Amino acid sequence: MPQPGKRAGDVVIWLLLLSAPYWMPAVGSYLELGSHIVVFALAAMALNFLLGYTGVLSFGHAAYFGLGAYGTALTIKYLFPSTPAGMLAGIVLGTAAAAVIGPMIVRLRGVYFAMCTIAFGQVFYFIGFQWSSLTGGDDGVSAWHRMPLDLGFTSIDILNNAKAFYYFVLAVFAICAAAMAFLLRSPFGRTLLAIRENERRARFLGIPVDWHIWTSWVISCFFVSVAGSLFALMNDFVDPRALRWDQSGTFVIMAVLGGMRSFWGPLIGSAIYLVLQDYISSHTENWMSFIGLFFVLIVLFFPRGVLGLVRRKVTS
Amino acid sequence: MLIPGFSFGGFRLLPGIGYWGALVVSPFLVAFIGILVERVLIRPLYGRDPLYSLLLTFGLAFMIEDGTRFIWGAQSLPFQIPDWLAAPLSSEYFFLTGYRVFMMILVAAAVLGLFLILNYTRLGLRIRAGTLDLETVSVLGVNVRVLRNLNFGLGIYLAGLAGVLAVGMLGLQPNIGDNLIMPSFIAIIVGGLGSLPGTLVGGLLIGVASGVTSVYFPSASEAVIYVMMAAVLIVRPRGLLGEEGRF
Repeated sequence: MPQPGKRAGDVVIWLLLLSAPYWMPAVGSYLELGSHIVVFALAAMALNFLLGYTGVLSFGHAAYFGLGAYGTALTIKYLFPSTPAGMLAGIVLGTAAAAVIGPMIVRLRGVYFAMCTIAFGQVFYFIGFQWSSLTGGDDGVSAWHRMPLDLGFTSIDILNNAKAFYYFVLAVFAICAAAMAFLLRSPFGRTLLAIRENERRARFLGIPVDWHIWTSWVISCFFVSVAGSLFALMNDFVDPRALRWDQSGTFVIMAVLGGMRSFWGPLIGSAIYLVLQDYISSHTENWMSFIGLFFVLIVLFFPRGVLGLVRRKVTS
Repeated sequence: MLIPGFSFGGFRLLPGIGYWGALVVSPFLVAFIGILVERVLIRPLYGRDPLYSLLLTFGLAFMIEDGTRFIWGAQSLPFQIPDWLAAPLSSEYFFLTGYRVFMMILVAAAVLGLFLILNYTRLGLRIRAGTLDLETVSVLGVNVRVLRNLNFGLGIYLAGLAGVLAVGMLGLQPNIGDNLIMPSFIAIIVGGLGSLPGTLVGGLLIGVASGVTSVYFPSASEAVIYVMMAAVLIVRPRGLLGEEGRF
């Protein structure tokens, strides 16, 4: 039941994303910020698959984001200098870790679930931090770079051409967004909504709730590790901060800021957050205080997020 | 009353002047700040998704950590504990300083005090009742707002006390909260949410496990507490002494 207004919103968003390389420099920004926004939007949308559509709060998604990033970086550096191979390794690593952690936490709910995701997330942070012979410890994995895409008949230079890399990121984002939209529209996605709205009733209907939450968790972590993999490619570098819990908090605040009951909310949240961070951190060293203040203000005055507010205006 | 305690970590690091002064004053100071925060910022969030109070305290932790770095600098500050406490008790057990014994006694006293408050005072009775069914407690004529406020203050007071004690051992630096918050989380998860003896057992278990491991496999001392958490969650998701059916 797509409403006409929603269709128009989709079209506007895609047009803005597709034309970003042409208007971003004109408004005094730079294209790398655009890639950044799209990567984090994918991560926040992946988190929102779990938070907004299944009703389960994960505060540890940075772990799978970081695993995706580390898997990609290490594969390209040591094993196989190819961008798709690196991405594949990172995504498999992140998703496999989530699949193993999943059964231990799916029986928990609410704050308890969130605490356990943080704690398990920190496991991977410590591994990334301590295992310095492999991961470089605090210094991270450097001295490697993304490889041009070799398609057989032609090669796309995503390494030196910022525009080509932006479109590469956007293409991956588009595939993931379409896949998430498809999943949410399927009977499986409807079941997740039922669990979010009333878990007990869903259980009485014979829905295996824990199994659905596990599946949703793994799907969400799959997409967040795709984002992590793109993040590593974008920076040609990865360090343990990509795994840390404050990174998870960033994803959550992006989803909340944009509106966690809407599909595109996290994209808008990511754009606002990163533009603001970019602006503040170029003016003061204490940008962390401002980000913290930003969190507090959003929670107190803006809990529905941008799209939640817009939607309420439209319906009233 | 499950107010997520993210900012506890941040609250712990207000430095005092002189060790004894710090020990007495700073827990009260942070508890006072905590009570203010509860009144102004957290109260509007009751009845909303716990996600919001988690995010709010998360943002506060950012601000407090960055603020302390701004005011006192990123380097660790010298924090002197009295000499007679820093000296080892015997030459054979050189690691057993007076400070550690002192710390243990104080923690035991604090835990005992908390236990007595929760079990034998009217306030404690109300706090426990409120955890089970706040609405009924409120209908019975208890001022729930004040109750929550006091409860929050009590929690922050203990966090502040733990912070001062930890600083005497670990030194004073802006991100000290980071190193303390994870073990505290895991102690709660292992012991069982909402159970004071559980948390105590959880804390002791992971402390001993990590201490013993650090003797034999120093690099695994951090990992072992997470392994314990995973094991507990697989076998008994509600925690060792947690009540059934709460989560």
